[in-house]
Amino acid sequence: MPITNYNEITEGQYDVLKEIGNIGLGNATTALSKMLNRRIEMKIPQVDLVEINKLADLIGGPENPVVGILVTLSGDISGMMMFAVEQFSARKLVNLVLQQESQEERFSHMDFSVLKEIGNIIAGAYMTSISTLTGLAIFPSVPQACYDMAGAILSVPAIEFGKIGDKALLIDSSFDDTDDQIDGYFIMIPDLESYNKIMSIFGM
Amino acid sequence: MGERVKVGMADFNICKVPDTIITLGLGSCVGVVLYDKTTKVAGMLHAMLPDSTKIRNNSNRAKFVDTGLEDLLALLEEQGVKKQNLIAKVAGGAQMFNFSANTEISGIGARNAEAARKKLQSYGIRIAAEDTGLDYGRTIEFNPENGKLEIRAVGKGITYI
Repeated sequence: MPITNYNEITEGQYDVLKEIGNIGLGNATTALSKMLNRRIEMKIPQVDLVEINKLADLIGGPENPVVGILVTLSGDISGMMMFAVEQFSARKLVNLVLQQESQEERFSHMDFSVLKEIGNIIAGAYMTSISTLTGLAIFPSVPQACYDMAGAILSVPAIEFGKIGDKALLIDSSFDDTDDQIDGYFIMIPDLESYNKIMSIFGM
Repeated sequence: MGERVKVGMADFNICKVPDTIITLGLGSCVGVVLYDKTTKVAGMLHAMLPDSTKIRNNSNRAKFVDTGLEDLLALLEEQGVKKQNLIAKVAGGAQMFNFSANTEISGIGARNAEAARKKLQSYGIRIAAEDTGLDYGRTIEFNPENGKLEIRAVGKGITYI
């Protein structure tokens, strides 16, 4: 049944979202493993509907420095997807890719390129699995990365969700490297029409 | 030392000397301070979207610049503040991500700031200072004692407007 805002999500639709999250993240983790050439494990993601004004609290508070990687989606559905990681997790990811041990707080041009590429691979893998599940064509854009306060970064998805209601769809994930944990948050922002399109495919 | 009154996202509040009023991590959202120096009362709005009339689900009035400012002004007037004594300071409205192809996302910060200017103009409230746009987040804290708005940004230190 089509919904008109995210407060109306049904139990059945919730299960679909969890399953999509699981499969999407599974693929993304495999892609990341291949890129880093090491074993990365994924924890079972939590799917949550979060009040938009509480989004930043989940990632250390509005002033916590985070990296946000944003991809816009086009094709049969439209929307955005954001992957947000705390500063130290982003640094770990960059270090893993570049095989270095940098402790630098800020990110260079090169670091941002790496982060965007990680975003590209994760978003690509994630969207491919949703495409395969639904038969919909989804094209992720070239990613953009930004390092700033969590509140400022998350204002972008919050505003998109804010156009529809007061809740955001959050997929809380964490990847485990052998010795380091990398916490990341996926925020999926399908527009309402796209959301309903996906759900109708699953008979919801 | 007074207390620090916190304003969340899609929220507004007011404060009086010796308290200060703060909102954290403004990105594309816009922060508007209304200040009456005769009574040293200040109000702050942290709005996310420019125009409530463009959105069907618009019951959360503090989410929008237009209805948020209406309600903030009403709250200040309840405290005995006169509109003609108010000045405004505006901050935020940044463009956090640069998507040239998608003006809908890219332009939202600028449109929030523009909506604030227009609404304030319709009230005849002068904007005494403004720090909007660019591509970084801001934490803003207003002190009604001296009328200064402190702006903090990652890697940019502290400025006052």
